Amino acid sequence: MKKWLKLSLWIVLIVLVGIQFVPVQRNEIEPVTNADFIEHYESPIVIGNIIRASCYDCHSNQTKYPWYSNVQPIGFHLQNHISEGKSELNLSEFGLLSNRMKRTKLKSILSQIDNDKMPMPSYLFLHSEAKLDSLKKTLLVSYFDSILVDIDR
Amino acid sequence: MKKSNSILTLALVAGISFSLIACANKKSTDHENGNGVHDHSAMNHKAEDEMSDGSVVETSENKSISQLIDQYLVIKNALVQDDSRAAASAGQKLAETSSSIDLNTFEASKQSEIKEILEVVKEHGEHIAKSEIAHQREHFEGMAKDFMDLLAITGTDRTLYQQYCPMYNKNKGGYWLSDSQEIKNPLFGSKMLTCGSVKETISMK
Repeated sequence: MKKWLKLSLWIVLIVLVGIQFVPVQRNEIEPVTNADFIEHYESPIVIGNIIRASCYDCHSNQTKYPWYSNVQPIGFHLQNHISEGKSELNLSEFGLLSNRMKRTKLKSILSQIDNDKMPMPSYLFLHSEAKLDSLKKTLLVSYFDSILVDIDR
Repeated sequence: MKKSNSILTLALVAGISFSLIACANKKSTDHENGNGVHDHSAMNHKAEDEMSDGSVVETSENKSISQLIDQYLVIKNALVQDDSRAAASAGQKLAETSSSIDLNTFEASKQSEIKEILEVVKEHGEHIAKSEIAHQREHFEGMAKDFMDLLAITGTDRTLYQQYCPMYNKNKGGYWLSDSQEIKNPLFGSKMLTCGSVKETISMK
């Protein structure tokens, strides 16, 4: 029994070391284009900074990776989150969407922020700078609202 | 000891297959692009077949749109009954139908807008398929305008009613379409079943 325990600990260790060498594709290589939300709408600097800090890690092509993203399997887990987030909304390519799709996405963005569903609590746990306090929330909501009105016009 | 050896092998195989999966993913996207081109030519071909007989084009247009409206109404009825699961499965079907509609059966000048509408409808359908009921209702409400726009372009062979409840979304109000004049509110369900009124009657026979 003891021999078994020792052996399985070794195996866990080997696997943990082994997976550090599995390559993970990182989401930070693509350059910012005109289709980028902040570029596209020429957002005010204050607004742009809030959006970058609170949304861009999972909803753009430019993730700012924390150091522990180099440790597996945490890195795999983060990468899954990022590709899921980007498939729902990729702000780096927002300008390429049809007006109809922009409107749809903006409505979802507004409702997610308004109902405190985004940024996700599990993300905020380690990224306090991404938290939207009531002031930031009001700023963002009225900003996204104004863009929505412009599209409808 | 033998058993542990096999576990070790298993772990190694798992590690290697991880990296293989990463490579395979890249390949599959390339493949998809190739398929896309292929599909397109197939669609053109099909359209040509149908163009030779004018009446076929018209029937197939009505049929696919009619199917879409049917699925919309299934979602509506499910939400009236607070049945999240039924709404989810209808949402899945709606997403599938909207991506399978052949754009070439529509007039060329209408195609791009119809394409945009169907993309959005697909997005709503996918969210309805995987969400809890409040979120399903959000997406269902979001679709009403897109369906109105779609029907304005394609026409419909039935009478539908655009209905409105002023209390939805913190009193910002919300729309939906129904095949019956009687109000059964899908945005609130049993909580406020009869809240709302008919805003517009759509019939483009």
